[in-house]
Amino acid sequence: MSVAVDLATVWAFIIAFAVFVYIVMDGFDLGLGILFPLFPRKADRDIIMNSVAPVWDGNETWLVLGGGGLMAAFPLAYAVLMPALYTPVIAMLVGLIFRGVAFEFRWRTQRVRNRWDGAFFGGSLVAALAQGIALGAILQGVHVEGRQYAGGWWDWLTPFSVLTGISLVMGYALLGATWMVMKTEGALRDKAYQLSWVLLFAMLGAIVAVSIATPFLSVQYTERWFTWPNIILTAPVPVAVAGVTVLLLRSLANKYDYQPFFLTLALFFLSYAGLGISMYPYIVPQSITIWEAASPPNSQIFMLVGVAILIPLILAYTGWAYWVFRGKVRPGGGYH
Amino acid sequence: MFEGWDAVALARAQFAFTMSFHIIFPAFSIGLASYLAVLEALWLWTGREVFINLFHYWLKIFAVAFGMGVVSGIVMSYQFGTNWSVFSDKTGPVIGPLMAYEVLTAFFLEAGFLGVMLFGLNRVGPRLHFLATLMVAVGTLISAFWILSANSWMQTPTGYAVNASGQFVAADWLEVIFNPSFPYRLVHMVLAAYLTTALVVGAVGAYHLLRDQHLAGPRVMFSMAMWMATFVAPIQILAGDQHGLNTLEHQPVKIMAMEGHFQSHKDGAPLILFGWPNQTAGRVDFAVEIPKLGSVILKHSPTAPMDGLDTVPRENWPPVPITFWSFRIMVGLGFLMMGLGLLSAWMRWRGQFYSSRFLHMFAMLMGPAGFIAVLAGWITTETGRQPFTVYGLLRTADSVSPLAAPAVGSSLLAFVIVYFAVFAAGVIYLLRLMAAPPHPGEPGPPRDVPARAAGITPAAATAAEDAS
Repeated sequence: MSVAVDLATVWAFIIAFAVFVYIVMDGFDLGLGILFPLFPRKADRDIIMNSVAPVWDGNETWLVLGGGGLMAAFPLAYAVLMPALYTPVIAMLVGLIFRGVAFEFRWRTQRVRNRWDGAFFGGSLVAALAQGIALGAILQGVHVEGRQYAGGWWDWLTPFSVLTGISLVMGYALLGATWMVMKTEGALRDKAYQLSWVLLFAMLGAIVAVSIATPFLSVQYTERWFTWPNIILTAPVPVAVAGVTVLLLRSLANKYDYQPFFLTLALFFLSYAGLGISMYPYIVPQSITIWEAASPPNSQIFMLVGVAILIPLILAYTGWAYWVFRGKVRPGGGYH
Repeated sequence: MFEGWDAVALARAQFAFTMSFHIIFPAFSIGLASYLAVLEALWLWTGREVFINLFHYWLKIFAVAFGMGVVSGIVMSYQFGTNWSVFSDKTGPVIGPLMAYEVLTAFFLEAGFLGVMLFGLNRVGPRLHFLATLMVAVGTLISAFWILSANSWMQTPTGYAVNASGQFVAADWLEVIFNPSFPYRLVHMVLAAYLTTALVVGAVGAYHLLRDQHLAGPRVMFSMAMWMATFVAPIQILAGDQHGLNTLEHQPVKIMAMEGHFQSHKDGAPLILFGWPNQTAGRVDFAVEIPKLGSVILKHSPTAPMDGLDTVPRENWPPVPITFWSFRIMVGLGFLMMGLGLLSAWMRWRGQFYSSRFLHMFAMLMGPAGFIAVLAGWITTETGRQPFTVYGLLRTADSVSPLAAPAVGSSLLAFVIVYFAVFAAGVIYLLRLMAAPPHPGEPGPPRDVPARAAGITPAAATAAEDAS
């Protein structure tokens, strides 16, 4: 049994890792889409698009790993959560379709390019909002009977899930803006700095609001965060958030190129760690633990071999692809 | 809306719809990725400009098709959970890892190298760029390996046990992966992808040859495509025959439906060429049949006895008319493909390969044949294994999520509208790209240009468009 316990925890970390890499990589990518209407000039849009065109596909693959990995490692959680999140998940998929095809389609037409630019914005916004709402819906818990979801089709929609939805949109937009700071020059970068200020305060507001609202969702969360001795482990999280915020403000004031993006990622990491602290060891809060949802050990071990060998490889060649396309994006040659 | 509809039927319709749309793109991109790798290899080897022109020509088409494959594929990986949650819970421990391996070994490989393949030639140089193209091509094949293994396990499950919570668990992973129908299905599908691509490439080449038979690019692509048709179409028919015999051994009921064998035949079954399977009456109306030939093909003996659906409880019958007809469409198209291959070889021998308008018209009409055959083939195999999701073990009706018809109906409607809007536009863009002939200096960098640091990105072409 002890083997199974350890495996489930290992897999919880692997899935959490995949989802976090997804947020890191597709977050700025969706964020650029969310900010698209603020950059109406075609030349600007081309540069923004080109800063992610070579990597967006790899970014979204982490989402497939998150979904596929969840089904493989925690099939019960996958089977309960997907019907519970039915509408947000479908909305996210449809959003991703629109923004994904826009990468190629907008180069294939002069006449209706604006329409695909609109699809890029709308798809990105809907996908981000749906992901945030899904997160809130998971945190607030879903109604489970036996091995199945037993709630209604609108349970996911609450003020709390709307709050998390808007928060994630803000956060992704900040990632997008700081990415733009890193990848562009001149007037485009100046505008990205301005946006970063506004969005940073919006995101901080969102973090505070979600942090205040979460303990009211369930006693478990309150106890986790505010009782002795847990507080020794949990207290550093808000302290670190404050520290990173100070650094981020300083880097924006000094107009650094790279720091704002990576410090925003740090902010995401801390918020994400906070979510992990709230949820563990539940994978469906208040109803299913990671051990109850886990696949049998031989399934988890079989995949663990692949993960141990392949994830480092994947990170290596993904890193290489980013390295090939490093630096500022300028208007330049291409195949289109 | 959708109140009083059957939620299971709607969920099935949704899966069939999204899956059918999706499979079109991988079927094309598996073949096209390999074709691009061949073109780039030929360019590196011979240095002939026509190959790099063709490479860039098809690369633009690949980029559009691949993008559509990716986004329609993400839908699939979540649909198991949204609409088929009981299936996911029960089979997750077995097929979940196969799909996880597909993501880890194939999707990341394709996605990781796609950016370099599309935009990176000037940044990394020809050799590393060729490596990237190769990785994308290999990735598409690895992807086919895992997903067909998962599908085949659902058709012919082996190497499993059932645990206390009623889940399938793996007893032997090698038996799970290399289940009995997997090798046949894998070969059949990969060949189908190659043939499908060859027919598209051939049709585009033929279209341009019909306008001007001296164009270098279209001549090369038409010739390459017709060689594929000549050799691969007959091999595919043999592979399909072997796959059929394997199905007879492991899923005999599916064969009964494909053949329209409602009745058992003790001394040799006929081959029903055409007819209208009447599921309720349990017979084929208006049947045109050749006596004993069914037994000859399937059992290699004219008098071999063959069981019919009358030996199977009715609740285990697949929908016979769909299985029967989709199978005939696939086989018919397969023989047409072989006909095209043979005709092209004959014309080549006669020296009329680049001038025969009939050949070019025929090849152009056969352009979509691969897609239709792939769809018909999948419909045959997926309909023929009903009413089960895990053959003989888990019924389709017992696999669905605790669904409400309005929810499934609305999402189905959303997918239908979105897919038709988005993918119709995509197909128009693809056809538009194909309608222009490849020309010398196809956008894309020439050979041996030293790598430079700045922007190999899609912007330039649009800038050029604006300027013009």
